[in-house]
Amino acid sequence: MVAMDAILEMRGITKEFPGVKALDNVNLVVRPGEIRALCGENGAGKSTLMKVLSGVYPHGSYDGEILYKGKPMAFKKIADSEHEGIVIIHQELALVPHMSIAENIFLGNEIAKNGVIDRHETNRRTAELLAKVGLRESPETKVGELGMGKQQLIEIAKALSKKVELLILDEPTSSLNEHDSAALLRLLASFREQGMTAIMISHKLNEISEICDSITVLRDGATVSHHSGMVPESQIIKDMVGRSMDDRYPPREPKIGETIMQVRNWTVAEEGGDGRLLVNNANFDLKQGEVLGIAGLMGAGRTELAMSLFGRSVGIFKNGTATIHGKEVDLSTVSKAIKAGLAYVTEDRKSLGLVLDDSIRRNIPLANLPGVARNGIIDRHKEGKVAQDYRKAINIRAPSIDQATVNLSGGNQQKVVLSKWLFSEPEILILDEPTRGIDVGAKYEIYTIIRDLAAAGKSIIVISSEMPELLGITDRVIVMNEGRLVGEMPTSEATQERIMSVIIKSGHDLTEEDITPEEIEAETAHV
Amino acid sequence: MSDTTTDRGSDTFGFIRRNIRQYGILFALVVIMAFFQVVTGGILFRPVNLTNLFLQNSHIVIMAVGMLLIIVAGHIDLSVGSIAAFVGALAAIMIVKMGLPVPLVVVLGLAAGALIGAIQGYWIAYWKIPSFIVTLAGMLVFRGLTMWALQGQSIGPFPKEFQMIASGFIPDFFGPDKPNTLSLVLGWGAALVILWLQIRNRKREEAVGIADEPFAFFVGKNALIFVALAAMTWALANFRGLPNVFIIMALLVALYAFISERTTLGRRIYAIGGNEKAAKLSGINVERITFLTFVNMGMLAALAGMVVSARLNSATPKAGVGFELDVIAAVFIGGASMSGGVGTVVGAIIGAFIMGVMNNGMSILGIGIDYQQVIKGLVLMAAVIFDVSNKRKS
Repeated sequence: MVAMDAILEMRGITKEFPGVKALDNVNLVVRPGEIRALCGENGAGKSTLMKVLSGVYPHGSYDGEILYKGKPMAFKKIADSEHEGIVIIHQELALVPHMSIAENIFLGNEIAKNGVIDRHETNRRTAELLAKVGLRESPETKVGELGMGKQQLIEIAKALSKKVELLILDEPTSSLNEHDSAALLRLLASFREQGMTAIMISHKLNEISEICDSITVLRDGATVSHHSGMVPESQIIKDMVGRSMDDRYPPREPKIGETIMQVRNWTVAEEGGDGRLLVNNANFDLKQGEVLGIAGLMGAGRTELAMSLFGRSVGIFKNGTATIHGKEVDLSTVSKAIKAGLAYVTEDRKSLGLVLDDSIRRNIPLANLPGVARNGIIDRHKEGKVAQDYRKAINIRAPSIDQATVNLSGGNQQKVVLSKWLFSEPEILILDEPTRGIDVGAKYEIYTIIRDLAAAGKSIIVISSEMPELLGITDRVIVMNEGRLVGEMPTSEATQERIMSVIIKSGHDLTEEDITPEEIEAETAHV
Repeated sequence: MSDTTTDRGSDTFGFIRRNIRQYGILFALVVIMAFFQVVTGGILFRPVNLTNLFLQNSHIVIMAVGMLLIIVAGHIDLSVGSIAAFVGALAAIMIVKMGLPVPLVVVLGLAAGALIGAIQGYWIAYWKIPSFIVTLAGMLVFRGLTMWALQGQSIGPFPKEFQMIASGFIPDFFGPDKPNTLSLVLGWGAALVILWLQIRNRKREEAVGIADEPFAFFVGKNALIFVALAAMTWALANFRGLPNVFIIMALLVALYAFISERTTLGRRIYAIGGNEKAAKLSGINVERITFLTFVNMGMLAALAGMVVSARLNSATPKAGVGFELDVIAAVFIGGASMSGGVGTVVGAIIGAFIMGVMNNGMSILGIGIDYQQVIKGLVLMAAVIFDVSNKRKS
């Protein structure tokens, strides 16, 4: 812990994707035997940096250099970095559920002679590794039968099997309950005693202050600060979000009417696994002409809440009611939800929003085919006219409406998806990450469409991980964390710091000291 | 010619590139027909051979329209040959052994096919069991049931009334002299109606400003189709007139082309195959529509089975072996994609006729069944390679 020499030095790392600079001259120095926290908002570049380090993005696809134990490294693939003892555990676990613990741990690295696997040796070594991570399971248990916490431990055992010296964990506790998280953190601490170095990406500042020796904060692809030892959470939050706000949003004068929708006690459980609650007893109201933002970190349950309202399209619906115009509505299938006046623009437009090989013309009426048909027969000329009208109205840039949507830019694809849902004539429009992956100009256009829709009396829910965006376009913000609604505030009173601290403090044990006004607010909003 | 790209698609080169698949397949059929017409010394287009061509391929065409919908929806049906054989056997038992009236048997046969399709479709649509497995099981089960029902023997012959389905010709109300006047009226009438529909549609597209096809192409394509239909009708009318089964085929092709291209149901099938999740999130009842495509397929396989047994004048345990592969090959040659969402009924029919003309032409030339198989296999592979390389370029 006190060794002065760096085990890892990343210098001037710059990584560009088409149109985006994901990392811009990032520097990171890690000393042997420490646990380093890597913090930042969604999209700040944490995962990208770790992928550069582990060889997921091969040497040559980025600029800058990596020194490991003082020697320059040029990893071409993951196996190269693993050979040096650098092992990454991704946020989404990479285990094969139908295979046993032992088979998973040695997958791609089997203990074999002439291609024949030595089952006894495999099981013996697995049992040793399981003992190290404190997991009492038979090596032959199928991974799919285990809960998330145990699966996470198996990932760590797998890393140990590779003689790991530098362990990278990407949000290791994001899908674990409190008990499993605590056990995992204790395990990491014990590995540190034995001299292992770790880098941990995390949003949970309480965990970071509990276990980490130092903190690096990234923002917009650049290193903003580095702290050794304890720093106040407020400082870290400020580092994470402190970006300047310009005129990136169209001006608007909200005209908010009566309450149109009320959601009560909405609860959704995860399918399979241990039935974790994706959405836990959510309550909120929506008014006519209002733009309501839902803030939260990835995995907070925002998308799940939206998709569950939209025809129970995710997880297992437990209970809850929704009323629209004072009458309870049946949202049990997508077509019923559409009939009730809902529309949902998905965060993943390519795999959930569009039929990519199909043209603009054929995609737009998909959620409302009767709107371009008579007696089940499509009126192609009406269909063409509808597509042309939307193309003009919201400025879809394409040579013709017969252009396949796969060839459009992200912004124009998003406009096609928006057109599709506008044509279904909803009263309530849920937009999930409406500007993800699209350029600044198109973003402004999308914001303008949202503003105009609200002005026309539609009610809009915007889910976004970009907090400035929420602050720029919404009237009110509700905050979710770990499936619960943990805070609510008018946008006029909201700041990024305030939202972030609501999220972070809601992750604390509620009995902890120094309860701030925000926390009290979060509590009351929850009740 | 291709210096400007405008909304009004006067860019001929670009248009060909965008639609190379549709024109390519039609062009391939024309080339293959011309080739065999020459090398067989003109036998291919003789009225008697042309008639045979339709009779021999009718079952493939009938099943191809159903299979197209299945494949567009992202599935496959391997059981169609066995279903055809099984329903053919049921029909033979009901007619020959039980003496039931033919119209009733036809209705019962179609119902049996629909029921079989419903059973398979239920597991595929609602239980999400892969269609490959369900229909592979169906293929075995119904082949076995066919053998069991027939006790390993052939049943026949059928009464004239039933044979007429496959080998009859439409009557001529205008007298027995040649050419068959009713056939001429129907064939030429259909050619005119198709031409009129195309012109009307073109005018509407021009009015809205979305006509994409260059005018020369429009004229050329429709002239070719009109002349081909008219000439074919003339040839058939001078032999024995239009076969009954030709009328069945033509009606099915028209109906299914219409359903797939022009109805909300058809559009939904394409959307399911193109992106099932997006279709589901658009409020489309994916399960029910998938189920219905299999019910439909079962019914068409039953129809094909009855046509085949009527043509052979007996139901045999080995009837319909390998039909599924011919049908699936026709659909893929016709431009459908294994991953779903892509393909047209007309393309599948052209694919079926490419296979049919090659079978027929090679048989006339006396090429052995061994080479025939090799050549057909290579043609299927070539069509798919053409598709894939095309997609890669764009």
